[in-house]
Amino acid sequence: MSDIPFSDHTGGVDLRSNYFELFGIPVGYDVERSAIQPRYLELQRVVHPDRFAGLGERGQRLAIQYAAFVNEAFDTLCSPLKRALYLLEVSGHPVDVERNTVMDAAFLMEQMSLREELSEVRDSADPEAAVESVRENAEAMMDALKDEFVRLWQEGETGYEQAADCARKMHFAEKLLDEAEQLEEEILDS
Amino acid sequence: MAYSEKVIDHYENPRNVGKMDDKDPSVGTGMVGAPACGDVMRLQIKVDETGVIEDAKFKTYGCGSAIASSSLATEWMKGRTLDEAAEIRNTQIAEELALPPVKIHCSVLAEDAIKAAIDDYRKKNDSAA
Ligand code: FES
Repeated sequence: MSDIPFSDHTGGVDLRSNYFELFGIPVGYDVERSAIQPRYLELQRVVHPDRFAGLGERGQRLAIQYAAFVNEAFDTLCSPLKRALYLLEVSGHPVDVERNTVMDAAFLMEQMSLREELSEVRDSADPEAAVESVRENAEAMMDALKDEFVRLWQEGETGYEQAADCARKMHFAEKLLDEAEQLEEEILDS
Repeated sequence: MAYSEKVIDHYENPRNVGKMDDKDPSVGTGMVGAPACGDVMRLQIKVDETGVIEDAKFKTYGCGSAIASSSLATEWMKGRTLDEAAEIRNTQIAEELALPPVKIHCSVLAEDAIKAAIDDYRKKNDSAA
């Protein structure tokens, strides 16, 4: 057992800090992957298991915990959807995604028809163009939701509820985008 | 993820996939989405003059459990009255399909779709009456 406080081994990385603090950036939606990448690499070095070597089994467990924390933080900050949810969480307005299945009908209708369109891509005369069109649609949708989220977020108290709604919608846009990208890859590969 | 046999059966041979005319006054349409995963489901019922569901159709873009849940829901709804159909709970669906806890939200989606379809039908027919 070592008497050295753990914080000395972790270069000041604190599991209680929020992800923005961890990366030394202001709390907000504007995060560029490239801007936080250097800090990510630094953090990965800091929490590298080798640095916990002298701390025995407990140290190894701790190392895993720190590494997971750093990875989760980076992953969250880089993802438009996770970042939005996280931002709402740290500001005390966590989004409940487990319930709440009845949403804006027009939005769901649009999702439904885009997913339908995607499922018919392979039967279309030009699958490549068809899938591209859905993908572009999904991208535009995601961009619009991001802009709207920022606007609502900046409104503060009065905007949180709608911002949460916006974050929920992002999940649908992201799913659509994922599926479109996957299908596009398959089509281009074949 | 190991799916139960019943899930696989409904997934491979989904019952009642399709679409009805949502303008038809005897049709109720329920549209729901799961913000936990981004999946969407449409469930429709056709109700006869006596208030019995004579037909049900669904289309689900989602995981196997969601497809199985909605397929089973349409089977269960046919021949029931609106009030009886409104009694269907996600827990019954989850139990019948032996869904693991992480897949509960998929059956919640089906329950909410049932309710939404019934609501839509009632709304349409109240204002028409
Ligand atoms: S994982 Fe989305 S409905 Fe099942």
